[in-house]
Amino acid sequence: MAIFVDANTKVIVQGLTGGQGKFHGLRNRAYGTKVVGGVTPGKGGQDVEGIPVFDSVADAVKATGADASFVAVPPKAAPAAILEAAAAGVRFIVCITEGVPAQDEARVYATLKRDFPATRLLGPNCPGIISPGKCNIGITAGEIAQPPTTGGKNVGIVSRSGTLTYQALFELKQRGIGVTTCVGIGGDPVPGTSFVDCLAEFQKDPETSAILMIGEIGGSAEEEAAEFIKANVTKPMSAYIAGVTAPAGKKMGHAGAIVSGGKGTAQGKMDSLRAAGVKIGANPTEAGELMAQIIASL
Amino acid sequence: MDLFEYQGKQYFAKFGIPVSAGDVAHTVDESIAIAERIGYPVVVKAQVQVGGRGKAGGIKLANDNDEVRTHASNIIGMNIKGHVVKRVWVERASDIAEEYYASLTLDRAAKQHLLMLSAQGGVDIEEVAAKDPSAIVKLHISPVVGLDEATAKKAAIDAKIPSKAQDGVASILVKLYDCFVKGDCDLAEINPLILKPSGEVHALDAKVSLDANASFRHPEWEAFAATQELDGREQLAREKGLQYIGLDGSVGIIANGAGLAMSTLDVVNQVGGKAANFLDVGGGANAELMTAALEVINFDTNVRSIFVNIFGGITRGDEVAKGIVEAMRRVQLRAPIVIRLDGTNAEQGRQILADAGIPADKLMSKPTMLDAARTAVAIANGKSI
Repeated sequence: MAIFVDANTKVIVQGLTGGQGKFHGLRNRAYGTKVVGGVTPGKGGQDVEGIPVFDSVADAVKATGADASFVAVPPKAAPAAILEAAAAGVRFIVCITEGVPAQDEARVYATLKRDFPATRLLGPNCPGIISPGKCNIGITAGEIAQPPTTGGKNVGIVSRSGTLTYQALFELKQRGIGVTTCVGIGGDPVPGTSFVDCLAEFQKDPETSAILMIGEIGGSAEEEAAEFIKANVTKPMSAYIAGVTAPAGKKMGHAGAIVSGGKGTAQGKMDSLRAAGVKIGANPTEAGELMAQIIASL
Repeated sequence: MDLFEYQGKQYFAKFGIPVSAGDVAHTVDESIAIAERIGYPVVVKAQVQVGGRGKAGGIKLANDNDEVRTHASNIIGMNIKGHVVKRVWVERASDIAEEYYASLTLDRAAKQHLLMLSAQGGVDIEEVAAKDPSAIVKLHISPVVGLDEATAKKAAIDAKIPSKAQDGVASILVKLYDCFVKGDCDLAEINPLILKPSGEVHALDAKVSLDANASFRHPEWEAFAATQELDGREQLAREKGLQYIGLDGSVGIIANGAGLAMSTLDVVNQVGGKAANFLDVGGGANAELMTAALEVINFDTNVRSIFVNIFGGITRGDEVAKGIVEAMRRVQLRAPIVIRLDGTNAEQGRQILADAGIPADKLMSKPTMLDAARTAVAIANGKSI
């Protein structure tokens, strides 16, 4: 099994005719993902290498039965694209767009909660999700992900940082460890899906034996995850938190990655997770190594 | 992007929040002209983005032209905790009956807006929070509901703002909320929010931080961006559109993605080195951006080795490699590059680098992040490889 997306997930790409949408949409299809359509207003009736393009998400869903959407449009257009997908009944939306204003993210999140509680948004500003061997939505290079072994011990990955998500997949592949699903939740201030959402799903997923978590400085998402782990997660975990050496008060790229007033430090996050029984690596390689030890001991 | 006080006040004024009449001056003569225009007494305030201006002598009351001349000439050019004062804000002095505190931010944990209001303003609010947390009213506001006058007034009552000031405070809170949302602020803070003896409520200070992601819908922010104080390296990086923070070590860092860049800093530190900078070339780094990144790193004379750490997703390894080859053709790099390249099109990228005929002491490719970090640190620390 996998969480959120599997071999049956049918995906449409909003922005399929744009540069990013086309490149990654086609790559996702080449990986084996069921990419059934694209949406670009005004370009309905065209196709991108055989993938039909529709004018609206509603049209695309009606024609293809898609249940997931990959939003690859510029920051200005992303909020409306997400809400359009939700209104058309899409249950899982992945938005990779970087640079969406925080006020828009907060409004979209609150609108989804109020009007479309059954819809899950992943992102914005995230690398997407991959259930190796089954479905890849987003920008992850599929070949770095090791598919899970049937009856074996497999790992679920959840990460706040894009490139560190790849690093985590890579570390496990190097060690021959299979991955059920890898979720990149993104580092923005208001992510649609949180660590806690993913941990809850991994805890329920019978195929996932252990969980690797990658966090970073800023905010309190890791501390909230630690509270949740203490109370609800029985599966063994390893983690890495980026930003131990980041100077305080400096904004390091991600809107999310900022240390201020002594809160949200890497040390504080590592301490909370350690207290919840999570093994902490000093770098992504060490976190991978700890996971290999966990898997060997199961 | 953090605004100076005067910019914050000008921003507040656009949303109808009452602020003192005033203007910004770069010279003593300008300061006097403003003071004459708005009328005495005035306050001359140093414009620096650092706390403790008052204690440093950067805020002075002036009753006539001579006093403005004395204070403005002392304050302009003054060094406050490493910040040299380039401008002063000259405003009409206010009589103060009471001082309150108000702010709006995004509570990331609750995923809602957070209004904080206190009848104890004019002091460090974190001290108030530590000593007497009940003195601060915290109100979560749903972004799809917003803040109306009645809710704002209830917050004022809960914060024990005296009844004569409640309506004035509520009216400002609604405007502050408007400024926070429509003005795309990360933070909009008034400390102190004052009650004058005349009964008017008024923002005596302004602390505004803007969300850079929203700059596409705020062309007026250009003027704010132009006054940001950056060091030479940061200035060059901004012109090139790179996320760069200058640090004081000797290993130049280029990575794609903020998380990987931070992790690269951590790993360099763990193997005994110090990073010269944080530089995220972002998702979608291409040859042009890589060249720009190397130019920025090369500007830093402390750099002894350059660690390029790329894990391709949107970023393609072949583009990164082309950028490095191009940069080495265009710029005489002061330090050798140690590169670790994985992910999308990494194989093609490594091939491009191998085919470029760059001497092995100028460019080294390493299979893992840790290997690359060790090599880069060894070079930076003066060891032969």
